[in-house]
Amino acid sequence: MLDAIRGRLRNVLTPETIQCKSCKAEIPKSKLKKNLMVCPECGTHLRMDARSRIALIADKNSFKEMFSTLQSSDFFNFPGYQDKLEKAQETTGENEAVICGTLKINGQEAAVFVMDSRFIMASMGSVVGEKITRIFEYAEKNSLPVIGFTASGGARMQEGVVSLMQMAKVSGAVKKHSDAGHLYITVLTDPTTGGVTASFAMQGDIILAEPKALVGFAGRRVVEQTTKSKLPDNFQTAEFLLEHGFIDNIVPRAELTKTLSSLLCLHKKKEAECNDSIRKAQSRTA
Amino acid sequence: MTAYEKLKAARHSHRPTGAEYIKNIFKDRIELHGDRRFGDDAAIIGGIGFLNDIPVTYIAIDKGADIESRIKKNFGCPKPEGYRKALRLMKQAEKFSRPVICFVDTQGAFCGADAEERGQGEAIAENILEMMGLKVPVISIVIGEGGSGGALALACANKVYMLEHSVYSVISPEGCASILWKDASKVEQAAEVLKITAEDMKRLNVAEDIIPENFDSFGEMCGNIANLLYRDVKELSALTPDEIREERYERFRCFGVYSENK
Ligand SMILES: [Zn+2]
Repeated sequence: MLDAIRGRLRNVLTPETIQCKSCKAEIPKSKLKKNLMVCPECGTHLRMDARSRIALIADKNSFKEMFSTLQSSDFFNFPGYQDKLEKAQETTGENEAVICGTLKINGQEAAVFVMDSRFIMASMGSVVGEKITRIFEYAEKNSLPVIGFTASGGARMQEGVVSLMQMAKVSGAVKKHSDAGHLYITVLTDPTTGGVTASFAMQGDIILAEPKALVGFAGRRVVEQTTKSKLPDNFQTAEFLLEHGFIDNIVPRAELTKTLSSLLCLHKKKEAECNDSIRKAQSRTA
Repeated sequence: MTAYEKLKAARHSHRPTGAEYIKNIFKDRIELHGDRRFGDDAAIIGGIGFLNDIPVTYIAIDKGADIESRIKKNFGCPKPEGYRKALRLMKQAEKFSRPVICFVDTQGAFCGADAEERGQGEAIAENILEMMGLKVPVISIVIGEGGSGGALALACANKVYMLEHSVYSVISPEGCASILWKDASKVEQAAEVLKITAEDMKRLNVAEDIIPENFDSFGEMCGNIANLLYRDVKELSALTPDEIREERYERFRCFGVYSENK
């Protein structure tokens, strides 16, 4: 009920067009959504909310959400935090900055976490850390691969050092999942920075990124202050990381589902295992 | 002392640096250099030495004692090659079943174009990941500043200690102030709200305990630290390698404050 009201409010309050951040074209929202939030004029991959991402890659009705009721609290009485949390919940309709669960991609089962930059820049506090840790623990127990879509401004300073500790907590779970021989794929989306880059974003067996996504550790302005020479235009972009050997590939959004399902298939013991699940998925949708 | 006064004390240029603790705590030391990939970052020093009668691997972020060495060490802000050097020494310690002792003192990982190019984020991520899996005891002591991910990259330990006037924070109080109040001069308030002191760390279980400072009798102070480390190493060495790792996992697994409607 509350969600329905929130949804209606959103429709009234938000405009019908979205401006492309690169070419500044005003694009009708519906057209942009149909085009997977990729600007039809210039090809820029605009930010996509977590639910739309899941809808993009998941087989129909295959996504089962987990740990959705976890809520952050302002345990440090940090100036403005409670307000920020409430506003973020109001505008996004989500409890927190990450959505977790299981899904199928072209019939291949996987655990997934998807960060949503609309929620306090998807900064990582206790809940984000806890949900991602739990999805790795669940995936390890159930022998599932994990696919993670990262987007984050970094650690959530409103939770002080407790947010910093999340980096170690999540990494511990990633390590256990990895040592058990399971696959972890990260997809770096715009923007992935700070403590998330310095932990689980860069810990994937395979690291993919969306075109032109901003990915880095320190903020560009801070780097500019310490660097005398001018930074290259593509500094801290997906293309920059590919050139320097830090990611496996850049994948346009339209090809993402196919790339992910192929990677999942290539990690089965035999091709036949993979074809079986694809056939099953096709017969279900037919 | 206020949080801000402690921050200033933690940053004070007369504070002993990592190298001085190493010199006073470990005997028969051999320093080891380089990450075998790119270079040898002077901001991170490490090697092998005896803690009483037990050989250990020691690693420290070292700010440098005079202006010349501070410049060479980027004022204790490690670059990716520094973190990779630390990781190399930790993996080596694991191979030879040596405990690892880390001294943390940094305002944060180095921020620069070269550090980004060489994967500062990836280097820290890899350290944290591998440290969480180490099967030997790891003990970290924050001796000055524990600045964000750049400090955590040497502090995913079984036990963490804070010196009396050391601080540990997710963001520099200056950075926090400029984000929160658009005013970097409000450092005092920021230091207060971020909760960065040794007492805060103990209360939040980020640190096991606080080590009293007595720089006038530094040798004696280091003797006490050596005793503390020796006690912990003995205690942790009674566990199996898998138990050591699991104990560390459980230590970090507990962090987080949230509510859940089931
Ligand atoms: Zn455009």
